[in-house]
Formats: sequence, structure tokens, C-alpha cells
Amino acid sequence: MHINMKIATKYIVALVLLVSFVSCQNNSRPNYQYMPNMYESVGYETYQESDAFKNGVEAQLPAEGSIPRGDFMPFEIENTNEGFAYAKANLKSPLDSLQVDYTEGKILYDIYCGICHGNKGDGKGKLVQREKILGVPSYDDVGRAITTGSIYHVIYYGKNTMGSYANQLNETERWQVVAYVEKLKADLEK
Amino acid sequence: MKKSYQSLEDNSTYYMKQVIYRSLTSRIVSLCFALLLAFSTSLTAQEGDPVNGKSLYNSNCAACHKLDKPMTGPALRNVEARLADEQGLDREWLSAWIRNSSSLIKSGDAYANKIFNEYNGTPMTPFPQLSDQDISDILAYTAEEKKEPVVVESNTNEGASQQGGVSNDIILGALALLFGLLAMALVLVNRTLNRFAKAKDIEVFTAQEKRTPLWKAFVQNQFLVLVTAIIFLLASGYFVYGYFMQVGVDQGYEPVQPIHYSHRIHAGDNGIDCKYCHSSARVSKTSGIPSLNVCMNCHKSISEVAPETLAEGTEYGVDYNAEIQKLYDAVGWDGTGYTGDSKPVKWIRIHNLPDFAYFNHSQHVEVGGIECQTCHGPVEEMEIMYQNAPLTMGWCINCHRETNVKVKDNEYYTKIHEELSKKYGVEQLTVAQMGGLECGKCHY
Repeated sequence: MHINMKIATKYIVALVLLVSFVSCQNNSRPNYQYMPNMYESVGYETYQESDAFKNGVEAQLPAEGSIPRGDFMPFEIENTNEGFAYAKANLKSPLDSLQVDYTEGKILYDIYCGICHGNKGDGKGKLVQREKILGVPSYDDVGRAITTGSIYHVIYYGKNTMGSYANQLNETERWQVVAYVEKLKADLEK
Repeated sequence: MKKSYQSLEDNSTYYMKQVIYRSLTSRIVSLCFALLLAFSTSLTAQEGDPVNGKSLYNSNCAACHKLDKPMTGPALRNVEARLADEQGLDREWLSAWIRNSSSLIKSGDAYANKIFNEYNGTPMTPFPQLSDQDISDILAYTAEEKKEPVVVESNTNEGASQQGGVSNDIILGALALLFGLLAMALVLVNRTLNRFAKAKDIEVFTAQEKRTPLWKAFVQNQFLVLVTAIIFLLASGYFVYGYFMQVGVDQGYEPVQPIHYSHRIHAGDNGIDCKYCHSSARVSKTSGIPSLNVCMNCHKSISEVAPETLAEGTEYGVDYNAEIQKLYDAVGWDGTGYTGDSKPVKWIRIHNLPDFAYFNHSQHVEVGGIECQTCHGPVEEMEIMYQNAPLTMGWCINCHRETNVKVKDNEYYTKIHEELSKKYGVEQLTVAQMGGLECGKCHY
């Protein structure tokens, strides 16, 4: 009986050790690294916390009035009702007929717009069908009567519940999407 | 309506009994019927059809108006009654406003101007296409009583699962009982047999004579010791190697994020494209952590999840509505506008390559046309995001060896693709054959 007890305790100890080894694997924290100074950047990481700035974040907004490098054109029409009306009446696409690429426009449109506006532009995207977002108009809506300029203005600034897409699409991409939306509108009006 | 129907019925019974008044009753019947018809049509004209109203409301108004909360425009519950009571404005005014609010404002109407300025001078889209009947329907829908959120009765489900549990318990209990009985039976059999043996004077073999203990015998056998030692060393070598190889590998890393964001709901159920939020994966090295304005593109109008979704959340122990509130707190949204008081969300980065390895998302996503799921796994099923792949060099290299480059419709590189194919004597070029194994491609 005594021997049995001893064997039993041995097994229990081994089991406890095994269990404790296995339970050491914790998925909520990152694993050990061999040489962290080769893994971790010496410079600041993009969204890192840091004391360098007052608000404690490394990522800062660009200085007032700064413009990005590359082919950048400032968009000077304002985000007001007057600006919208002006854009609706006057703003034209800088893309000529050869630069308009409906294939690219469709790819971008399906990612960013189709989820609400529907891939055909009829206002019946997946989120609308699932009644998550309501009241998305069709592009051939008479009351809105969208134009090249108004589409661009709305993509740039957003309108009512729709947000701005200026940070997800660059200038050329926005104009490609505008062209594609106009194509959808024309298709709907057929 | 009900009354006239009753009278119609009364008359018909009357008619059945007394045949003398036949012509009179039939006249009354037809009169009643006509009245009924007239009454019912006038009813619909006045009250509208809330069911049709709902679909019209959802497709035309809901973008800017909620029923119980102001959004871009004011809340519309009981709007007609409220306008009549508080402002003395009738249906005619409302119709004029809906069809063309800006002309009403220009005409100098006091209340029109007041409400226009109250909502930051945002003009309402004109709806000239709505007929009188359409407007009646919409107003009938807005006049409906607020429905109390239906408490999702999960009794049926629970009952079913409980039933399953009970039946399982019964089976297990029965099995345990059976085993107990068997054990008891064996003990009893043993005891009886012993008794028989004793009675017949047969010596039962019980105690063993003293032998060398097992461990001593083992130590004395040198071959066995050697074999055991080799097996032990090999096994421990295997485990030690395994342990050291997984240092620095974060496969399965699943941190608790400051806001519980469910990829399952967004990318899975709602089918939002990965690149909608991670838009920089198209054009840059990193896939980017979406800034909160991207969340607000939808969550400006989605402040609460559907009751079914909320019920799903309890399975994971999450209150999705509370998580949306965390987003609003962080971005500084008070339900109608931004307060300007925002604070960053401290997301925890999951996929993090060591600093000495270069990886470019746009190169893989846009140029290579690789699906996000190839590396990130079934994200659209993940309630909590975790690292799917080991992200080790061996894993990268392996994929580069096995993946064929899409050379089709890539005229610019046709010549070099052909020459490379000839050089390696293959039909399909892999990434490795195009230099995807060169050290300097990722380490420099």
C-alpha cells in the first residue's frame, strides 16, 4: 500500500508539472524573443506611445497648410451648401475619355461604395438589404439629380450621414469612381 | 368599419328570416356595402398604409431621419400630430416641405426657416416624386406607436440544450450505474470463489515470494539502461528543439483589444471588403490600423446593433452596444455631432514582423493578387482576431517556392517571363524563380 501511494504521488507531481508547462502558453501576450533589440525598432513605430509630444502619441497631424508630395492639387471648394451647389454646377472631371478606366473604377467602387449603394448603384447594397443602414438613394434619384461635380464633392467631404472618403481614395481614384458612378447612373436611367 | 360590417351581417340574417322585405333588405345591404366601401377608401386616404409607408420611409427618409432620435434631420415619430399641436401646421404645409423645402424657406415661412437654421442650414433633399398617397403612407408609419424592443426569448433554445444535457446526463448516469454493478458483481464472484476454495481446501495463490525489486533488476540490465537513456535523450532533444524553435513565433497570439471589434460581424456577416477599412493595404507597405473616421462612416447611423446580433454577443460575453459607445467616446461623438474631444484607442498590434525583415502589403495584395486570407486565415469567422500564420522565414520561403506568378495579361514583362521560363525549363514561374528567395529582397 505504501509503495502504491509513493508511485501515485510521483504521477501526480509529473502531471502537475506537465499541466503547468502547458498552461504557461498564454495567447493574450506575445511570445518571448531571442534578441529583442533586433526585433524591436530603435526608431519610433508609427502609432507608438511616446513622450516626445504633448499628447503622448508618436503620430502627429501634419502642420497646418502642409501639402503632400507628388501630384497634388488642392481642392478649394468648401464643405458648405454653397460649395456643394457650386461643385454641382461647375466642377468637371480632369480625366479625359482615355484616362477613364471603368475596370479600376469598378474595383474601387465595389470596395468602398457598393457595400451601401449597391454594386449597380440602385441603393441596395448588402448593408441596406440587411437593414443596417437605411435610406440610401438610387443614383437615378430625381430629387438629388447628381452631377459629376456633386459626386466628387460628396466623396470628398461626405454628405449628411455619408462620411468623407478622401482618406481612402486618392485624387485620381476619386475621379475614377466618379466616372464609374456616372456610368452606373446612365445604366440605371436606361 | 366594424360597425358597418356588423350591420351588414344583421341585415343578411334579417333577410334570411323575412322574405317579404326582400327588396328593402337587399337595398339596405347594398347601401351598407357602398357605405362600407366609401368609408374604407376614405380611411386609407386619411390614414395611409403603414406597411408601404415603412418601405418608402426606409428608402427615402431613413438616411437622415430616425424615428426617435434626431440625426441629420429631426426625429419623425408622430411628426404630423406634433406639428399640428405645437405649430398649428397642417398636412398641406408638411407636403409642401417634403416636396420642396427650400422654396418653402424662400417664401419666408417662419417655422420653415426656424427648423432649417436649427439643423445647421442643411437643406432637405426635395422629393417631388412622392404622391399624396405616398406621403400619407409615410406619415401613417411615423404615427405608429413605438414598438418596445422584443425581448428575445431564448427559452426554446435553452430548453433544447437543457434537454440534450439531461439526456446526456441520464446516459452517463446509467453507464456509471452499470459499471458500478459490474464491479460489485466481480467482487461478489471473487468472494464466492474464495469461499468455495476455502471450503474445498484448495490453496489460493496470494502472496508472492520475495523477488528482486523491479528497479534493481532494471539497473542491473545495462542494455535496457542504455536503450532507455538514448530514447530519453532523443525525446528531450525533440522537445527542447521544439521549445526553442517557437521562441519569437507568435502564432495564435490573441490579445484583448481596448474595443471589442468583431471581424466576424463586419467582414463575415456584413461582407465588408477587407480593403474598405484597411485601405492602405492597396497602396502601401502596411495594411494600416483604420482610423476612427472609417468606423464612423457607418457608425454615425448605427449606434445600436440589431437584437439578434446583441443576443449573439452574449454568447461571447460581449455587449456590442457598449463597445459602440466606447467608439463614440474615443472619437468624441455625442449622437448628432463631433464634440472635438477625442482620445486615441490603444489598439494592440498582432501581426508584427521583426525589424530586420521587410514586407510590403501592396506588393502582395495589389501586384500579386494574393487573398488576405492566404496569410491572415479565416478572418471573416474570427470573433476575436488572432495571428493565423507563424510569420517565420521558413513559412514565407515555402509560399514563395509554391506560388506561381500570375504572368497572364502582363504584357510589359512578357519577354522577361518567357526568358525565365526557358532558363528554368518550366511552364509556370514560381516566385522563387523570379528572385523571391534572394536574401536582399527582404533583409537589407
